[in-house]
Amino acid sequence: MSQFVEALLLQSGYNAALVTIGAALLGLVAGGAGTFIFLRKRALVSDAAAHATLPGVCLAFMAMVAFGGDGRSLTGLIVGATLSAGLGLYLVEWIARSTRLPEDAAIGAVLSVFFGFGIVLLTFIQTMTAGRQAGLEGFLLGSTAGMLFGEAVTIAVAGCAAALALFVMIRPMTLVSFDPEFAATTGIDVRLTDLAMMALALVVTVVGLKIVGLVLIVALLIIPPATARFWTERVDHLVLIAGAAGGCAGYVGAALSAAIAQMPTGPIIVLTSFALFALSLLFAPSRGVAASLYRHRSFEIRVHRRQGLLAMARGEAIYDHFTLRVLRRAGLMRADGVATAKGLEAADKALRDEARWEIARQTHDEEAAVGRYDGLTPIEDVFTVDEIAMIDRRLRERTGGAH
Amino acid sequence: MIQAGVRALRRGAGLLWLARARSQPSTGAGALDACPLAISGLSVSYGEKPAIFSVDVEFPSGSLIAIVGPNGAGKSTLLKAALGIIPKLSGRVEVFGKSIDDARGNVAYVPQRASVDWDFPARVIDVVMMGLYRTMALFALFGSAERQRAMACLERVGMADFADRQIGQLSGGQQQRVFLARALAQDADLYLLDEPLAGVDAATERAIMDVLKGLREEGRTVVCVHHDLATVRDYFDQIVFVNVRKIASGPVEDVFTDENLQKTYGGRLAATHIDKLRVAAE
Repeated sequence: MSQFVEALLLQSGYNAALVTIGAALLGLVAGGAGTFIFLRKRALVSDAAAHATLPGVCLAFMAMVAFGGDGRSLTGLIVGATLSAGLGLYLVEWIARSTRLPEDAAIGAVLSVFFGFGIVLLTFIQTMTAGRQAGLEGFLLGSTAGMLFGEAVTIAVAGCAAALALFVMIRPMTLVSFDPEFAATTGIDVRLTDLAMMALALVVTVVGLKIVGLVLIVALLIIPPATARFWTERVDHLVLIAGAAGGCAGYVGAALSAAIAQMPTGPIIVLTSFALFALSLLFAPSRGVAASLYRHRSFEIRVHRRQGLLAMARGEAIYDHFTLRVLRRAGLMRADGVATAKGLEAADKALRDEARWEIARQTHDEEAAVGRYDGLTPIEDVFTVDEIAMIDRRLRERTGGAH
Repeated sequence: MIQAGVRALRRGAGLLWLARARSQPSTGAGALDACPLAISGLSVSYGEKPAIFSVDVEFPSGSLIAIVGPNGAGKSTLLKAALGIIPKLSGRVEVFGKSIDDARGNVAYVPQRASVDWDFPARVIDVVMMGLYRTMALFALFGSAERQRAMACLERVGMADFADRQIGQLSGGQQQRVFLARALAQDADLYLLDEPLAGVDAATERAIMDVLKGLREEGRTVVCVHHDLATVRDYFDQIVFVNVRKIASGPVEDVFTDENLQKTYGGRLAATHIDKLRVAAE
């Protein structure tokens, strides 16, 4: 525990601190960049791109070794990763466009073939003498071991560039995510915008390979915006909250994995991210599960209360146990089933409002107002005092006429 | 130096727009001599089957025009091809005498309501402001001027009270009004609407038609894909019958005939439509 606190406070060594800061930055950018992948429903495509980085990483390593380098230069590996992910993305698009295969089949095929090829190359590299110390397997699930200052700077620089690009292109991206047809009619190049979104995700993917690993990086892109979606109804806020959630998960997750020996960084960050997601899912106001259960329950209670009151006013027997319970709890009915004074008053009012609504529906042209008749909306919410007085006059005329 | 950087960024982001907005004030279609929308020899296909085939039609300026035809007749396709958002096999489209890409600032489009996911994180006002994106400087945050313009558009469709409502909470009719408000924000001289009256309540239908007639009074041209033959006479000046090919076009009083209905909808279907129209007329 104390080790975890130390790691959180960046006190558990230079390397751990570097990784923690790097992971936080990465989470921040991934959350922001992932927002549009999430809104455009492209999560699977970005997962395919992430898996497609592996052969590139391996080939880049082999090329660098072949030319006499030590093969571990992050820049070189990133270039390789970008090229092969780009090729993977192109193949997905090409297959979906020029064959009759659906896109998900194309994604599945590209993802597994590239990943499989990458694993073959990785196994081969590990038989090479230079390969054993390379630690390339860290690219699969991420590792905190041996992060260099230069690598943290790479993440920071790429992160700033991605954030800036996001800021500049947020409007076209929003428009394309919501309504691509309309976006096209205003002159936005939808394909180019999609490409820009994917490029942003790709930047995050390749700089995040070392920390989170290619298998799970898609979680960093998708879980934070999914988390943020519970808290807001605006795209700009979604980007900010997703960034914050991602940054938070990266920071805490990396600190956790630094504190506990042999813990893989990527999975821990993903699980931390998921914890935030689960909390939001359960407890977010309005969109959360708890809030929606509460809303549904109180709606049920309103329906039963109203029905019970109307039955009471008409002198009908009530058999529904839930209705009886609702009425008793509200003090409208005594335990023996006899209406209280308060209950009688409420029942009279309910019946009167029903009659008022009937008049309103017959006489009012205002469809919008009459359209709100659902048996539950109080009539005072829809009509003004004067209008209700008018309705009451009509009501008296009619009952007067009947006598 | 910072300014130079900002300029470079604007250019960079401008790439996402095929053609940036020109400072081209809207003048009202009446002031423009060229035909708002002239289509010639237009064919579009999905796969091997033509959706529309060799359509020639000119839409006269300052009028309210219905595009009518059976399901799958290519009505929406005609609009989309005119807007250049789906590839065409052949043909020419001229908007105010220019190519569509040069006239984008002067054309507003209302897609079918069902074409978007209404659970998207946006408020009503955000959707209306999307109609202003094109003319806004990239770094300008939405100021009160934009907000006021958007509010005025919401006012016109009777939705001002809903500005801060989440779009997922709207009824179908309200969604349609918001889409119309977004198009109004574009302040165009040519409006193309895809089934703006489909599945909306009677009050919304009236409100939308009031707005469209208002646009016509201002000299703008309004083209609607329309499905309800019973209201054609009341709502529109001009009609275009489409069933893959163009069957007929012209003023409603001349062209909205049993014969053209017959040609567009084919035997039995047309007979039912014609009967219904008779009943409605009596």
